[in-house]
Amino acid sequence: MRDPNNHEHHSNPFVAWVNGESKAKPEEEKKLTPTKEKRAAKSADVSVHHDRFHKAYKPLAVILCCAFIALLIFVCVKTPPFGVTDAPTNNEVAQKYIEEGLEDTGATNIVAGMILDYRAFDTLGESSVLFTAVMAVIILLKKDGDKKKEMTERQKKEEALQQHEEELNDRHRDVILKKTAGIVAPFIMMFGIYVVLNGHISPGGGFSGGAIIGAGLILISQAFGSKRTKKFFNFKVFTIITSGALLSYAALKTYSFYTGSHHMETGVPHGIPGAILSSGFILPLNIFVGLIVACTMFGFYSLFSKGEI
Amino acid sequence: MGFFLNHFYEIAAMILFGVGFMGLLLHNNLIKKAVGLNIMDTAVYLFLAQRGFITGRVAPIMGDNLEASVEEYINPIPAGLVLTGIVVSVSVTAFSLALIQMLHKKYHTLNLDEILLKAKQEKEKKKALEEREDA
Repeated sequence: MRDPNNHEHHSNPFVAWVNGESKAKPEEEKKLTPTKEKRAAKSADVSVHHDRFHKAYKPLAVILCCAFIALLIFVCVKTPPFGVTDAPTNNEVAQKYIEEGLEDTGATNIVAGMILDYRAFDTLGESSVLFTAVMAVIILLKKDGDKKKEMTERQKKEEALQQHEEELNDRHRDVILKKTAGIVAPFIMMFGIYVVLNGHISPGGGFSGGAIIGAGLILISQAFGSKRTKKFFNFKVFTIITSGALLSYAALKTYSFYTGSHHMETGVPHGIPGAILSSGFILPLNIFVGLIVACTMFGFYSLFSKGEI
Repeated sequence: MGFFLNHFYEIAAMILFGVGFMGLLLHNNLIKKAVGLNIMDTAVYLFLAQRGFITGRVAPIMGDNLEASVEEYINPIPAGLVLTGIVVSVSVTAFSLALIQMLHKKYHTLNLDEILLKAKQEKEKKKALEEREDA
């Protein structure tokens, strides 16, 4: 076993990074900071830990949490027990969704009918939250092409090192990973598409299917390198797909908000329940949500790993 | 003892929530704080999912039997709420991890105390520099 006090020699650099002990980059930086300041920082650090508040902080936090848990459990045991029929949550709203959901929405998956028809505005909000999150991550992490001139020598060196590393990785990619991904990835993609397209008649839907497709894209990018995925999925494609899907979702849903609010005709036939082409707008809405989720998942991955899409 | 068994999942969810909250309070490492936040999210999903469950009923997806009766299916509303929760938690986690990565790039540490200390020192340094310039 590893000595718990000896944190400097972690075999896994990721573990070291998560524990905040990564020494790969800071080495150079530390030389740059004057020793006087370092000493001051150390003494201040020590004083912080000997503070009376910090001494009492940990036991206080544990006591607070235990009291919190006790309070929550005390409230919980007053609620109706698990699995009973007459709990107040199972009220006429749920009853209505189950009884009239098929007739109103045409979807045999009542949850899909609920989130993409009765509560479609909520789902539009969810997709917008994902979109906003990926925008924020792009603002924070994306490497800016224009800023290249302003970079310091050190940053330039770092970038060159990273590029070299990437090239090495490309040349010596794991054969097992490559072969397995080559066999598995098409099936993952197919399954993801199946889950998206059957969202209204079976378990699944845009969010879960989109996550599966995103995972497949991440696997392809891991196995064959980002250069391969860049051929069909670059920043331009990403922008067009996400914003296009979100706008189309909004357009479709505003159309049905105006024409098909409850007990009004949308003009879109519901079709035979259980068939793929049924339940009005739910199928296209599922596809748009799936596109947004897949792009977002892959976007998060590539932004966090490379700083670009 | 009976009510503990009756509220088994709720109590488990509450304990999970507390564990996540304790992680938020006790850990100085920002990544571990994000993990704690995710554990709290999981507790909320567990709580919502168990609220919707009714003993002896199945998920609200009609197979061959298209004659819907309320007595056959569980409550579909918590499922939709869990979906919302998952999406929001993914977004929040991604955003917070991006912020953490930026902080690590600037301060080369994930320890919150050290980051605050370094930020304070930087501020003081800037102030001193400005005062010198004014003088």
